[in-house]
Amino acid sequence: MGVLLFSSRKPWPDGRSSYPGQRVVREPFDPDLEALRSGDEAAFEALIGRYHGSMLRLALSYLRDRGAAEDAVQETWLTCLRTLNRFEGRSSLKTWIFGILINVCRARRRKESRIQPFTSLFRRVAGEGRGPTVDPHRFDGHGEWLARPDNWSNLPESRMLSRETIGQVKAAIEGLPARQREVVILRDVAGFDANEVCTLLSISPANQRVRLHRGRASVRKALEEYLR
Amino acid sequence: MRCREVVELMTAYLDGALSAADRAKFEKHISGCDGCRAYLAQLRTARMLMGRVADEPMAEPLKAELMNAFRNWKAS
Repeated sequence: MGVLLFSSRKPWPDGRSSYPGQRVVREPFDPDLEALRSGDEAAFEALIGRYHGSMLRLALSYLRDRGAAEDAVQETWLTCLRTLNRFEGRSSLKTWIFGILINVCRARRRKESRIQPFTSLFRRVAGEGRGPTVDPHRFDGHGEWLARPDNWSNLPESRMLSRETIGQVKAAIEGLPARQREVVILRDVAGFDANEVCTLLSISPANQRVRLHRGRASVRKALEEYLR
Repeated sequence: MRCREVVELMTAYLDGALSAADRAKFEKHISGCDGCRAYLAQLRTARMLMGRVADEPMAEPLKAELMNAFRNWKAS
């Protein structure tokens, strides 16, 4: 039985002759992973399509240049192929792919920063992590709304979902401080849950939530100004 | 709980990260406050629109390169 399980897999590149036995037990069945391992081209193409927008946004948030971001996404997929047989299924396939992307981007950014030490990427924005996320002037002395926020459900869907509105959202995300931006992209663009983001970025749940809250609040504010 | 405090708890609320007591206070406030309900709806809309940002296909030449790499990987 064991032989059958392992026979379709390639040997470890570093010369180990067999997989650890517990590997099979630990790895839950993932149809995408199985399809990739069996060489299913359509499955690979579908995976690229599903994650590309999120991966590009995330890469852009570290690298800030579209060409460099596209290169990083390419390198990520090539790394995935090269190391697929070593993937142990401790995380989901999606988390594994995005983890590789983050490593690729960070390595490239380190290289960039050696050439260009003063980029705006590393600027710490004043008040990045403090203070209220809603302008205090919107509340009265008791902390209650002076004027109610607009009801966006009255706006036509064609306007809410227009290319222009989405463009505003992209710009608002790009304008966030780096630490908020990476969390917002992983949570709200790529659709990871809080735990997955904590794992991917090695941050605490409280830190994750603060960054997400501040980032979302800024995107909301930008939308409010645009939709007013 | 005042509106000024409630708006700062919304992400924790949406993530189910509030304590039972805070959650109850939060929900009690929200049920009687049009302003905070509207603000929460705006945050949800912002989140939904950010999800739309993900809809972006890879440029064809780049995809063709990757598909080639996949075929080579499969063959090797």
